Amino acid sequence: MPLVRGGKIQNDDYVHLADDAAPPESGAVLVSAVRFLADPESLLQRRQKVGVIWPNNRDIEDLLPYVERLALIALVFPSFRDGRAYSQARLLRERYFFHGELRATGQVLRDQFVFMLRAGFDAFDVRKQADAEAYTQTVKRYSVFYQPTGDGRVAAPFRRLQLRHSESAGL
Amino acid sequence: MTSPLEQKKIKITQPSVVTANRTWDGAVIYRTATGRWSTELNEAAVVRVADEARALLAESAADDLGAVGAYIAPVEIGEGGDIAPGNLRETIRATGVTISLPAQEPAQV
Amino acid sequence: MYAYDEIDRTLINERVSEFRDQVKRRLTGELTEDEFKMLRLQNGVYLQLHAYMFRVAIPYGTLSSKQLRRLAHVARRYDRGYGHFTTRQNIQFNWIKLAELPDALADLAEVSIHAMQTSGNNTRNVTSDQWAGVVPGEVEDPRIWSEVLRQYTTLHPEFSFLPRKFKFAITAHPHDRAAIKIHDIGLRLHKNEQGETGFEVMVGGGLGRTPFIAKTIRPFVHGRDLLSYVEAIMRVYNRYGRRDNIYKARIKILVHELGIEKFGAEVEEEWQQIRDGSLRLDDETIEDIRSRFSYPTYEKLPHMPEELRKAAHDPLFERWRRNAVFPHKATGYSIVTISLKPVGGPPGDATADQMDALADLADKYSFGEIRVGHEQNLALPHVARRDLPELWKALDAIGLATPNVNLVSDIIACPGLDYCSLANARSIPIAQELTRRFANHDTASLIGRLHINISGCINACGHHHVGHIGILGVEKNGEEFYQITIGGRADEKAELGVLIGPAVPYGEVADVIEDIVEAYLALRAAPDELFVDTVKRLGVEPFRERVYATR
Repeated sequence: MPLVRGGKIQNDDYVHLADDAAPPESGAVLVSAVRFLADPESLLQRRQKVGVIWPNNRDIEDLLPYVERLALIALVFPSFRDGRAYSQARLLRERYFFHGELRATGQVLRDQFVFMLRAGFDAFDVRKQADAEAYTQTVKRYSVFYQPTGDGRVAAPFRRLQLRHSESAGL
Repeated sequence: MTSPLEQKKIKITQPSVVTANRTWDGAVIYRTATGRWSTELNEAAVVRVADEARALLAESAADDLGAVGAYIAPVEIGEGGDIAPGNLRETIRATGVTISLPAQEPAQV
Repeated sequence: MYAYDEIDRTLINERVSEFRDQVKRRLTGELTEDEFKMLRLQNGVYLQLHAYMFRVAIPYGTLSSKQLRRLAHVARRYDRGYGHFTTRQNIQFNWIKLAELPDALADLAEVSIHAMQTSGNNTRNVTSDQWAGVVPGEVEDPRIWSEVLRQYTTLHPEFSFLPRKFKFAITAHPHDRAAIKIHDIGLRLHKNEQGETGFEVMVGGGLGRTPFIAKTIRPFVHGRDLLSYVEAIMRVYNRYGRRDNIYKARIKILVHELGIEKFGAEVEEEWQQIRDGSLRLDDETIEDIRSRFSYPTYEKLPHMPEELRKAAHDPLFERWRRNAVFPHKATGYSIVTISLKPVGGPPGDATADQMDALADLADKYSFGEIRVGHEQNLALPHVARRDLPELWKALDAIGLATPNVNLVSDIIACPGLDYCSLANARSIPIAQELTRRFANHDTASLIGRLHINISGCINACGHHHVGHIGILGVEKNGEEFYQITIGGRADEKAELGVLIGPAVPYGEVADVIEDIVEAYLALRAAPDELFVDTVKRLGVEPFRERVYATR
């Protein structure tokens, strides 16, 4: 499944490790939450990028102690209809200041890209090739957003006030 | 008329057909014996046992582009072989609402 | 009336483009039905028995005449010449073609009408009092806050894939016409001791298989904290609402399972983290929304103008006036309810012709504004009392002057098995027969305020649980049967009705209702004791006896 990151289809530099597999000599690894929490230091000490796949039915707060040291957190959409990972994503970005790669995995379809970006995702494990190829086009669908999230875009209420102020300032 | 959307197991107690709605316009359609859809109930393929029904339903459901929401519906076979809807729900689907549409009748005061 | 600005219009148009693309991908097979279904639901498109159904939003029940004309156009051009007003202040079209939907949406977008989130597991139309802004005794116009909420909940990236649907309602009046206690979040706008605007926040109301009256989670949330507090509730629900069983996925179940104290504590904990963040509403932002609501400039008019005095001799006019005309906060004006419950007709429907004619009347007599109520009637909110006689004649000519508002023949009904694929039984013919049985308006007046609610299945779109008389269609051995409840209420004293006995067959429902009404007339303490109060006083037993004595 194509990985979209930085706005384009990229190769995934993370090796997805089974729970009982030894990590490679070098390189980024992506492990399950169970494996990671069993012995986080053994992976983090490798001083290579570590990513964790975090299930959507587990409190994201349990990952808090490691957030600053993780290069990647992959959140899960078991069905695109299951929106729990959107809350997890916003908390990671906006409350816990996670700065690494936040990847959407599972049933990721193009019609969720804009929502996901706004929630803080910046990488997408896209289910369909055609959707991955349509990424750039799709994320331009909306230019107006009513509510502020951590994505830095100016939400409508603030835009209006900005307009009002610039109008009254005669700009 | 428990909604067939709640059908979990396929049980056939009388002759049945597979019916759905046409994707582009929502029209009521019936699966024929030749792998097509028809808006005419009389052209529907009739199944009489659960295995037949399952097979017809699976084959119909595979046509995701042409039809939406396929399920198995009971019918009654008349003496001349014509097929009639087997319950009120299917009657309404085949013949329309049981009330007159507002735009067809002036409102009474 | 809220005036959409460039920002609002852009969003609607972008949504229409997106849906056009999604429909195209569906019809070329690029999207399967399984992938498309949630997308079409998010634009209000259901699959029903015969066809698709299209549910269009009428935010907090307010329409301009221009918008009403455009709804009429959609009914004509894309449907079969009529529309159905719903118990959530929306309008439904029953015969729409998927392939034509993007065009219908584009036509609606031109007048700032949309269908965003009128279905699906997201936040639905924010409903309110259909008399907002004009009724005496209102704290302030709840539509300002409804619009604030509407914007906040529209395409919210975190809450567009909830465990289940989510409904808001707001009232700002001691008498609750918005049924806030049967909503997922119900908001009662009021002022605190310092005179500041805020909300009593109630959660977990809802009908369906497991009906609940909402519980108060916080007695006062300041206006500036409304959005952050709502976000806290929604986040707790999104994280912890059940996703394993659709019958247990509404927030009412979460509230019930945790208990309101524990649920409240979870929300409080979340809220403390975000209350001072970017969702805090400052006065300027609220003022900006308020400034785009326009209000008529009322003339100084007499309470008893000559036109009205003269018309008082006409008994038919008087009967209508006493039934459908309500006091307005501006002297010399009135609120006029337009009954969409003609004798023998399907409740809540209006033809395209009626919509156009009503739009003209709104222009002439109501500053171009129309309201939609959750009881499936319309209203003209600013009618000068001197215009009432002329207005009545015009309404009568188009079948919109049935003097049965709030009476026994003013029935609320879901579309039922005639239209809906979820239904077990028909509801409309039951309603029609009841209007025929109680067609005598003098008799109906004598009976007094009596709300009958009919649902064709347990999903309760007809709100039968909270009807004074509730009728629920069920199926028994392939036949239509109906359970009858009495004593429900949807207002500030909201209560669930009580079953009076075993379900009765289709053919007997109208007889049963007549028996119940007869029992009430015999038992009421005084002519002005309402049905629902008689039931409260005496309980269900006397009614049960009367109905089942011979059955």
